[in-house]
Amino acid sequence: MAFLEVENYRKKFGENEVLKGISFSLEKGEVLAIIGSSGGGKTTLLRCLNFLESPDEGTLSVNGETLFDAAEKKQYSDAQIREKRLHFGLVFQQFNLFPQYTVFRNITLAQTLLAKGEIRAKKRAFRAEIRALPATARKARKAEQKQELVQLSGGLKERIEARALQLLERVGLLEKKDSYPYQLSGGQQQRVAIARALALEPDILCFDEPTSALDPELTGEVLKVIKGLKDTESTMIVVTHEMEFAKNVADKVIFISDGVIEEEGEARELFENPQSEKTKAFLRRSLEEDFE
Amino acid sequence: MFLDVFTALCEGFLVSCEIFILTLVFALPLGLLIAFGSMSRFRVIKSVVKFFVWIIRGTPLMLQVMFIFYGPGLLFGWRAMERLLAVLIAFIINYACYFSEIYRGGIESISKGQYEAGQVLGMTKSQIFFKVVLLQVVKRIVPPMSNEIITLVKDTSLARIISVVELLFVAETYLLRGLIWPLFFTAVFYLVFVGVLTVLFHFIEKKLNYFRV
Ligand SMILES: Nc1ncnc2c1ncn2[C@@H]1O[C@H](COP(=O)(O)OP(=O)(O)O)[C@@H](O)[C@H]1O
Ligand SMILES: [Mg+2]
Repeated sequence: MAFLEVENYRKKFGENEVLKGISFSLEKGEVLAIIGSSGGGKTTLLRCLNFLESPDEGTLSVNGETLFDAAEKKQYSDAQIREKRLHFGLVFQQFNLFPQYTVFRNITLAQTLLAKGEIRAKKRAFRAEIRALPATARKARKAEQKQELVQLSGGLKERIEARALQLLERVGLLEKKDSYPYQLSGGQQQRVAIARALALEPDILCFDEPTSALDPELTGEVLKVIKGLKDTESTMIVVTHEMEFAKNVADKVIFISDGVIEEEGEARELFENPQSEKTKAFLRRSLEEDFE
Repeated sequence: MFLDVFTALCEGFLVSCEIFILTLVFALPLGLLIAFGSMSRFRVIKSVVKFFVWIIRGTPLMLQVMFIFYGPGLLFGWRAMERLLAVLIAFIINYACYFSEIYRGGIESISKGQYEAGQVLGMTKSQIFFKVVLLQVVKRIVPPMSNEIITLVKDTSLARIISVVELLFVAETYLLRGLIWPLFFTAVFYLVFVGVLTVLFHFIEKKLNYFRV
């Protein structure tokens, strides 16, 4: 079984079937590029993987664990969905940084909230445990619990912050850590968004046309960062119109057209030797656009 | 003589302040509730709330004050309520509706992407509202809110229609006795009040200037 397995994902908006049975798999550390003309369902697919949309049919598993099964989706609670989606990260076309926080805080915020939530949950569990104990045993157990809590929360803040700095360094923006998003260029904002997504250590990081909202001269710096992640064993899914990038960086490529996978294969192979007529036409068109 | 008039005006001003403060204290949270109602996923709640807001914003506040004060007695034969209470009820409902529209505009102006960014980062709904959205909404609504609140200062004078002894009512009693200068004094009271609020709102806007939405 592959690291990521998507089986028969289907999604309708009203009468409009946008995903018509998408299945693919990906190994750990691989980079998958998804290409295709606009309206084909690429964004919807990434949104389904990140639990922003709920597919009508299909299953999803990561590392052998079934995260989504359309047959059981009604039973998923909000808390379960939150936990499941943490296996994935998503970098948006429009960055969506939080404008009121510094770059640094943008990166640490979610992790800090998660950690606090965990500690609160732990404290609740501890209190329940104490209540269930006979009065004589409580004192000793309470002392143990206190110790455990100290271990859990001790140095937590420092670890989160150290990791944020490390990520900022990796995207080359350490000196911008105290800036606010509006003070950054689009390319810099997108690099922060990448660091923010990485902070939660997702198993699979998804990018939805990460450079489409950028001026052409800024796309390079973002693509370079994404390329740099490849060397760190990150598993990535990149929806992109940058064919050169897809060809050079991706291990696998999927061409989506009208909600189905029209063609998939090893990157170089698919670009140099496409089989389907639709793929050929699409690649020809994007080549022409690049010339213009 | 001067001192008597001045004292009376001050007492009137206190009543005006009372109307102003109590209206704010209750209308600000009530407005948020109404805003959530008008954005509700449930059609019925949404329509009812929107219809209510339309009625309140579509009729004069003065009419509403009169209706609250005289309505129950004439319609159901209830005992007349305290005048100030009638004013407060009408003001709170009226301003809550206006505030609700401002809140709604502010909340709806936040892009879907902000919510989704929070979601994919594993935040809960309440974390997204309080940690991500709220401050952005506050920043957006401070200017329209300050307009509305400054209008409220002057609207307190409508209470005089049912003989609540607020600032303008006091001035009017002297006017009817042939004294014009208390009217100018009254104007100064309002001007100072509005001036202080203007400075305060300006300060808040400045405080929120460190980021852009
Ligand atoms: N929330 C939605 N409601 C209704 N239709 C949607 C929604 N999201 C996407 N669609 C439709 O799904 C189709 C595929 O969209 P999308 O996934 O954004 O394609 P792509 O990213 O490949 O351009 C489009 O026709 C779009 O109009
Ligand atoms: Mg798209």
